[in-house]
Amino acid sequence: MLELKNISFQVDDEGKGKEIIRDVSITVPESKLIVVTGPNGGGKSTLARLIAGIEKPTGGRIFFSGEDITEKTVTERARMGIAYAFQQPVRFKGIRVLDLIRIAAGKTLSVADACEYLSSVGLCARDYVDREVNASLSGGELKRIEIATVLARHAKLSVFDEPEAGIDLWSFRNLIDVFRRMRETIEKGSILIISHQERILNIADEIIVIKDGNVDRQGPKEAVYPFLNAGLVAMDALECEGHIRAMGQGGAQA
Amino acid sequence: MKLDEIQKRLLQEVADLHEVPEGAYNIRSNSQSAGRRSTANIEIVSKEDVSGLEIRIKPGTKRESVHIPVVMTESGLKEVVYNDFFIGENSDVVIVAGCGIDNCGNQDSEHDGIHRFYVGKGARVRYVEKHYGSGEGKGKRILNPGTEVHMDEDSYMEMEMVQIKGVDDTVRTTTADLKAGAKLVVRERLMTHGEQNAVSTYAVELNGDNASADVVSRSVARDHSFQKFDAKIVGNAACNGHTECDSIIMDQGRILAVPGLEANHVDASLFHEAAIGKIAGEQLIKLMTLGLTEAEAEEQIINGFLR
Ligand SMILES: Nc1ncnc2c1ncn2[C@@H]1O[C@H](COP(=O)(O)OP(=O)(O)OP(=O)(O)O)[C@@H](O)[C@H]1O
Ligand SMILES: [Mg+2]
Repeated sequence: MLELKNISFQVDDEGKGKEIIRDVSITVPESKLIVVTGPNGGGKSTLARLIAGIEKPTGGRIFFSGEDITEKTVTERARMGIAYAFQQPVRFKGIRVLDLIRIAAGKTLSVADACEYLSSVGLCARDYVDREVNASLSGGELKRIEIATVLARHAKLSVFDEPEAGIDLWSFRNLIDVFRRMRETIEKGSILIISHQERILNIADEIIVIKDGNVDRQGPKEAVYPFLNAGLVAMDALECEGHIRAMGQGGAQA
Repeated sequence: MKLDEIQKRLLQEVADLHEVPEGAYNIRSNSQSAGRRSTANIEIVSKEDVSGLEIRIKPGTKRESVHIPVVMTESGLKEVVYNDFFIGENSDVVIVAGCGIDNCGNQDSEHDGIHRFYVGKGARVRYVEKHYGSGEGKGKRILNPGTEVHMDEDSYMEMEMVQIKGVDDTVRTTTADLKAGAKLVVRERLMTHGEQNAVSTYAVELNGDNASADVVSRSVARDHSFQKFDAKIVGNAACNGHTECDSIIMDQGRILAVPGLEANHVDASLFHEAAIGKIAGEQLIKLMTLGLTEAEAEEQIINGFLR
């Protein structure tokens, strides 16, 4: 369904080219839930932006439903069925939650239908439909509205960038159900979730670990999970060691 | 009341009127009164010396409204109208003004409405004023509203002023003086296109303790249009004042914001905010990921901003 072939992405960093994504090839098959994880700054969000068309790759091709979409605009890709929930949702002065959900649905939804989407992300719909998507919303509220708009799109491919960030525990549990239900209800639809959360990793059909702009590891969760855990333990040990060394140096200077 | 289709359309734009309004009203069409009604509590009479009206609202009048829309469809008309509002103590009323000009001729049409408000002690007023222009002629549509507000103790006035379309030239001047405990809230919405020019000047004096003013303008300048927002608040007592100019520029549009604060009392607390910039790129991108084209996204963002 979605295929990235040898994708590279370079930015200009004070005159020097900086590779943020290096020769990444991944496939998101039909009806699957893929979770992308990996250390901060590894390139996960950049990958999502490349899929949505917000950034254009400096190398490689992107295929969606068998079509080469590398040169297609954000709007064209959205209309072909790619939806993207931002890691940091955007605020708008004057645009109401209801307006945003209607735009996402691409039709004049009834207020009741719009409320369904809000309820499924744990927002008491009546309190929110008329609110403006502006600075008055809390981070968690905004994040949930962002997820609701993507649900309203019923897209063939839905990409969620750290949907759990800032969301309370109770709503988080429901969120897992939302993703499960999504997988069941959207025919041939696939979901790509960027996450650091164990419980989201747990519902994945496949896990992709992105590190330093590269695919570090990829496979069914049973295969990847042990490495993730080992990696975490190793990282903790390293960090700890570095910390002790730094403290030692500090002591010597003093 | 006889009004043609264009006049009816203008009335709808500026006063949301489809029919004769409820309550007191005066409809002015091409410099003539096209209909008037006073009520038991609200009296509307013509001025004798100059063109205009005196509107007297009895003390204690509650939940009543006054509509005084103006429509102009003859090219080349130029008029100055003086309307005075005497709002009785402890009343609670809605006043809807507004002016629509349709100019298909080659001569300029101009309406300068000078409104004076005397808001009595404890009275509450909601004032709505919409300006609208249409017509394909070369003649300009010009509106120069002058508003003077005198607020007695503990009175409250909310002014909503909207000019979204079709007015070529505007100089809006609003002055207000407030006694103790009075509160003034201004919400201005402005959009200019083409070669339009709009100047909006506010001078508010807070003269009594606990007086407060909140003047907020949201505007969009497109094409080659120019806007100037000049808001001054003077604090002469223990008072609160806030002005805000929040603007979007597009194309070759230009905006000049000139905030002015003057504190003449140690307990005066005044502040202003001004932000001018183009539409945030991430807002456009977000809406495009929902399937809108860039132009559609722009329209949604501006509609929301000026809501
Ligand atoms: N336009 C850009 N210019 C320069 N550097 C960039 C740009 N975009 C991203 N980067 C850098 O690329 C790297 C990858 O960023 P990205 O946001 O994709 O990481 P991430 O894996 O999503 O991290 P996180 O888990 O913290 O969200 C980071 O080091 C970031 O600073
Ligand atoms: Mg990220």
